Amino acid sequence: MMRFLLKRLGQALVTTIGVATLIFFLQHLTGDPTYLLVPETATRADIDAMRHSLGFDRPLFVQYLGFLGQLARFDLGRSIVQNIDVTTIIGSRLPYTLALAAGALVVAGGIGIPVGVGLAFMRGRAVSYALSALVLAAQSMPTFWSGIILIMIFAVRLGWLPPSSTGGIEHLVLPCVALGLLSMATFARITRTALLDELSKDYVRTARARGVSRIRLLFRHLARNASTPVITVTAIEVSNLLAGAVIVETVFAWPGLGQITVQSIFARDFLVVQGVVLLGAFVTVALNLVADLLYSAIDPRIRLEGARR
Amino acid sequence: MRTSLLAIEGLTVTIGGVAVVDGVSLEVASGRVLALVGESGCGKSLTALSILRLLPPAARFESGRVRLADQELTALSDGALNCIRGNRVSIIFQEPVASLNPLMPVGVQVAEALSLHRGLSAATARKQAIAMLARVGIPDAARRAGQYPFELSGGMCQRVMIAAALICRPQLLIADEPTTALDVTIQAQVLDLIKRLRDEAGTTILLITHDMGVVAEMADEVAVMYGGRIVESGGVGTIFAAPAHPYTRLLLATVPRLDDVRKTALRTIEGTVPSAGAWPEGCRFRNRCPLADAGCSEVPPLAQALADEGGSAPPRGMRRGDESHRTACWHSDRVAELA
Amino acid sequence: MTFAPTTSARPSRSKTRLRPAFWLPAALILIFVLAAVFAPLIAPYEPNAQNLLGRLRPPGTVSRGFHYLLGSDELGRDLLTRLFYGARASLFVAFASVALSGTIGVLAGMLAGFLRGAAELVLMRTVDVFLSIPAILLAILTVAVLGPGLVNVVLVLTLTRWPRYARIAYGQTLGIANMPYVRLATFMGASAGRILFRHVLPNIIGAVAVVATLEFGLMVLFEAGLSFLGLGVQPPNASWGAMLSTGRNYLATAWWIATFPGLCLFLLVLAVNLIGDDLRDRFDPRAPGA
Repeated sequence: MMRFLLKRLGQALVTTIGVATLIFFLQHLTGDPTYLLVPETATRADIDAMRHSLGFDRPLFVQYLGFLGQLARFDLGRSIVQNIDVTTIIGSRLPYTLALAAGALVVAGGIGIPVGVGLAFMRGRAVSYALSALVLAAQSMPTFWSGIILIMIFAVRLGWLPPSSTGGIEHLVLPCVALGLLSMATFARITRTALLDELSKDYVRTARARGVSRIRLLFRHLARNASTPVITVTAIEVSNLLAGAVIVETVFAWPGLGQITVQSIFARDFLVVQGVVLLGAFVTVALNLVADLLYSAIDPRIRLEGARR
Repeated sequence: MRTSLLAIEGLTVTIGGVAVVDGVSLEVASGRVLALVGESGCGKSLTALSILRLLPPAARFESGRVRLADQELTALSDGALNCIRGNRVSIIFQEPVASLNPLMPVGVQVAEALSLHRGLSAATARKQAIAMLARVGIPDAARRAGQYPFELSGGMCQRVMIAAALICRPQLLIADEPTTALDVTIQAQVLDLIKRLRDEAGTTILLITHDMGVVAEMADEVAVMYGGRIVESGGVGTIFAAPAHPYTRLLLATVPRLDDVRKTALRTIEGTVPSAGAWPEGCRFRNRCPLADAGCSEVPPLAQALADEGGSAPPRGMRRGDESHRTACWHSDRVAELA
Repeated sequence: MTFAPTTSARPSRSKTRLRPAFWLPAALILIFVLAAVFAPLIAPYEPNAQNLLGRLRPPGTVSRGFHYLLGSDELGRDLLTRLFYGARASLFVAFASVALSGTIGVLAGMLAGFLRGAAELVLMRTVDVFLSIPAILLAILTVAVLGPGLVNVVLVLTLTRWPRYARIAYGQTLGIANMPYVRLATFMGASAGRILFRHVLPNIIGAVAVVATLEFGLMVLFEAGLSFLGLGVQPPNASWGAMLSTGRNYLATAWWIATFPGLCLFLLVLAVNLIGDDLRDRFDPRAPGA
């Protein structure tokens, strides 16, 4: 078990360094990153001074190591536009995005998984066709459109819920639904496929032959066996939700990381954008690691690989 | 007349509109072993699965009656049938490793039927499960009970399946090709185990197999299936000594004999089994049968077999055979000529 | 309710190509493509023709000679015309980015799967790195570096999506490259290029097509998303995403500005998803998300 854990940690570390390298490469894609950071009105002298103070005149490899060192210290730089540490900016916005993502996950999983179970067990009946159609529709709706439609119906026409900004829990409802809709479809499909795969296996027939009822079958046998793909999807969807928050926060004027990212692009505050992207990447790597740990906890074959009989 | 524990009457199962089990009727007397024999695809597994209503989604139960002791199983609801499964009727399958839940310790799987049907607590059920594992010949049962199927060999997994199937002392055990997937040496051990457990508890066994050796070893009675129909049935001794259906005769002839001094090619039955839906009209074996003629275009009924007196053809006279020996062939009197 | 576990394979799907599940969405996509290609010929007006006196008019109104079939936007431009031209942007970006990223990705994946060793290690680690960054964030970052605009969006999407194709091509190539007939070809002296293009590629094209179809739908959404944020197609050029962004500000007063572009997006992506599902059933029923 320990060996497995260490191996995965090592891979995660390598990937993280790889991500940092990719971001570094993007920084230098246009040749001189200074131009990404200076305001448009800067003079030649200003630019040269800035380049020097940011260290962009050093040899590339030195810059690279410096960059990695910075990241190891969780130093994401200082926003030139706002004159605050990027980490502080991100820290102040993060809770809003987390709340949004958590709510969306509840919507996505809370509706998606039961729908998937229903689709798997009710194959061929009218209900399953209706549900499939709904799932397909949800999957084809761009988040910004579903957000806008929701605002139009529930906020503008019906006036039940507020259209934007923060406040009480009622402000969270529409954005979470808009964000969670797409993921809901994925959860439903994956759950359905995973269950159908398991249902076709021999051991299910044996359990039925023992007198196990459908309900018991679902909870005691299938839940664990079918959960591997669902865990995979959850890890992917959580990072999708964090990314999709960019769009939803813009639609709903939600003051989270997504909103600040878009604002920073227009304000030419490159370091903030970079910081958010790095954070998003690290979260994804961490989630994948957690998913791997969960797999090994669920499936003894992974844990005990190489065990003698 | 012995009381039959299991009586199947007119069972018909279709797949895609084609009857793959066509009007099958058979009876198993209490405490006896009936072997249901036939080649792959003849419908014997589906017959067995029909008893517990475990047919795959593609198959449809069209008609028929299944009586267990005095209860009509086809009339039961799914919930009521669940009380019978694993409790009064158990079934073990061909692929032991695949038939066990890979993510559940084997001890839990063996104990499950006890929790379901006897309402025992987890701890008590586990103790009994360990005892059962020991009875089926698994060494170090307590430790093994906590292991997962992938940690056990094929033979051991089959023993686990048997333990799980017999833990509630069912009246009827259906064994669907229990030894086909196992090594030859392990086959013998597993068969011995089944026999031993049957002797101890008097369990009735419906044994599905295509291996005549297993039949000779285990069975009291035999029913031979071809093309979804029963073509011959009777006591194992009678069937082996004087088969009354060409298919049975030829099937027996394909088994190589130890005392066959001539070095000849292995015997086969000419032709191949037609796929479902491509059956000829009348007797389904007629296209491969050396005795077939125009009269075979009419379906021969399963009727009492006539036996002839002496050994070689032509028969000099007829006398009434064993009452329970039935065959579905127009030319059962000429079967002795074959092979 | 019949609930019974299967013991044998599930019933096979109809293999005929004439299933409505394929042709209906394909026809819909064809309509969009034709609309995009022939926009200059069939669109009623010029996409940038403003009519400030006829701003924010509902569908069906007429103003100074403009028949606004689907209404007008905040500058009095005909919505229907801009929908036509928006289709151009969406479809151009989708086709171009899928073609470019697909080519790069498939080549890379095939090479990695066939050559193994160092090439495999480097490539698959790179793919992992790319896939660790949430797609839209990577796209936004790249736009921040390269700047907005239609062509840049194609570049951005190509840069960020090729790993998906690489991954599937790699996985499939691993399976094929180890097949006896491929190894035999190598043994008999066939060059790597010949093997890759004559043996490997035809066999993996099915799985790649499934991915490409779904990617196509995603690219349409990405272009719309980036344009929605103001990072894609720049005004005054028409893009469904940009129209949605404007429409958001007029939800109470001019609901049509947001509704119709969104509807077009929805229908196009729906049709693409349906085809993708059908392809997946045909080529790779074991893939997740069926």
